Amino acid sequence: MSDTHSATPILKLEGVFTNIAQYHILQGVDLSVPRGEVTMLLGRNGVGKTTTLRTIIGHWRAHKGRVLFDGEDITKLPTPAIARAGLGFVPEDMGIFGDLTVEENMTLAAVSGPIDQARLQWMFTVFPALETFWKKDAGTLSGGQKQMLSIARAMIEERALYLIDEPTKGLAPAIITTMARAIKELKDQGASILLVEQNFAVAKALGDSASVMDDGRMSWSGQMRDLTQNADLQERLMGLSIEAH
Amino acid sequence: MSAAPEHAPTIAQTSLRERFAPYAPGLLVLILIAAGLIAIPATSSWLTLTVSGLAMGMMIFIMASGLTLVFGLMDVINFGHGAFVSVGAFVGVSFLLVLEHMTSAPHLLWNLTALMLAILGAMTATGLMGWAFEKVIVKPVYGHHLKQILVTMGGLIVVEQLIIVLWGPEEIYITRPEALKGAITFAGAALEKYRLVAVGIGLVVFVAMRWTLRRTKIGLIVRAGVENGEMVQALGYNLRMVFIGVFVAGSALAGLGGVLWGLYQEVITAHMGNQTMILVFIVVIIGGLGSVEGCFIGALLVGLMQNYVAFLEPKAALISNIALMVAILMWRPMGMIPVVKAK
Repeated sequence: MSDTHSATPILKLEGVFTNIAQYHILQGVDLSVPRGEVTMLLGRNGVGKTTTLRTIIGHWRAHKGRVLFDGEDITKLPTPAIARAGLGFVPEDMGIFGDLTVEENMTLAAVSGPIDQARLQWMFTVFPALETFWKKDAGTLSGGQKQMLSIARAMIEERALYLIDEPTKGLAPAIITTMARAIKELKDQGASILLVEQNFAVAKALGDSASVMDDGRMSWSGQMRDLTQNADLQERLMGLSIEAH
Repeated sequence: MSAAPEHAPTIAQTSLRERFAPYAPGLLVLILIAAGLIAIPATSSWLTLTVSGLAMGMMIFIMASGLTLVFGLMDVINFGHGAFVSVGAFVGVSFLLVLEHMTSAPHLLWNLTALMLAILGAMTATGLMGWAFEKVIVKPVYGHHLKQILVTMGGLIVVEQLIIVLWGPEEIYITRPEALKGAITFAGAALEKYRLVAVGIGLVVFVAMRWTLRRTKIGLIVRAGVENGEMVQALGYNLRMVFIGVFVAGSALAGLGGVLWGLYQEVITAHMGNQTMILVFIVVIIGGLGSVEGCFIGALLVGLMQNYVAFLEPKAALISNIALMVAILMWRPMGMIPVVKAK
């Protein structure tokens, strides 16, 4: 891989506008996700973080602007083509198929063929609960177990970029630790991750870079450590202090 | 981040009621059969009516299974589904008329071969018609229920008129293949041979469909797509192509149902598909939208109820299935085995 290639962001949003019915949610979003890093997408509730992820994966269409993945314009591609280009998506509602077993959920996630057994074993070391409940209907799992399955499903095949929306929302501390460890392992394998997260302890521990949204556009982008070390900046951008967490 | 203890999952014990719940719809069929046994004075009459009800149920299931999957997968309400039933019946009967030399002799193998050829022809014709119907009529109205109802009903009317143009306006009376006429006697009950064949074909279709849905990757995609199509697409599967496949298969099955229903009634008309749609929609609704198992159980309940009530109180036969639908929806408002949840 050339230096030029590694310096190119894996994902770039250029002036993206997304409307949902009469609501103008994204109003010119510019975002850059560096290769091999965890980029935190932060901001108050309702500023457009989830819409940004859903626009990238193609669930909602950008009305203006461009989404570039690995240098290719994917703005108008259908969702399956975007996913097959190398994007893994973990939605906020987890998107678990409750009537399918854990095994069937994972089998379905292995889009290119049978499940890679070595990768599955790794998955079981990260999320032992999945092995325990392998034959159970996913709908009977607890919230934390469903979130594990949701992330494992995205991880079962190697992807260049993972879009993960609030993986720790509403989870117990023990499970949050498991989630954070899984995302760290994914990053260590060289994957790039765009992570929406409200838990600042997790954001601080995992993030390399960060972008903060406000009112449908980016209000700040930079290194995560610059944000964590500057209480005034946190207060100004998000109305809170990480020290309080 | 503070350290936290390892997550140690355990499998919780579920209550007896929760464990029993998935089997309740299936038990309803057995309860209805038992109720029929109590209410109908002669056991032989009960056996005849039960086989008749099961045969009718199987045929309704074959016609309805495609419709429930089409609704579940893409949220499409297809009021034109009856067109495939009618076309299937006319194409199948045309085949049988051409193959009369095979159906007129009481030779079971020849008769069944002719029937299978007629079914194959009908399914091919309705499958192709389904492909065209989806492309021309359904595709432009994705996501618009009112438009779907209007244009698919319009499509049904056009197809019915085309049948009249091609086969004429008169109803066509048909006779079953020679070896399938008459009945066999079992435990003092007369069981029509054709109804037994219909039960057999219905069971084969159900088992094949269930195997496909449960044991194959395409089946997994369909089941997951019914539950949450958006997520299936985010995994990388082109759900639109899957939907076209299901629509074509559903249309072909409706065609098969049309052939079987035509031979069951021994008369076919351009409007026969439209007339069966009332029962088909009842089955789809009480089964639970998107559920093949629910559709199967619902179809058996409707078939059995219709036959038992028509024997016991003929005047009540017309309302018996509506009453069944009301009772089931009061018990389970989303149908017996609802699948469609996230749309």
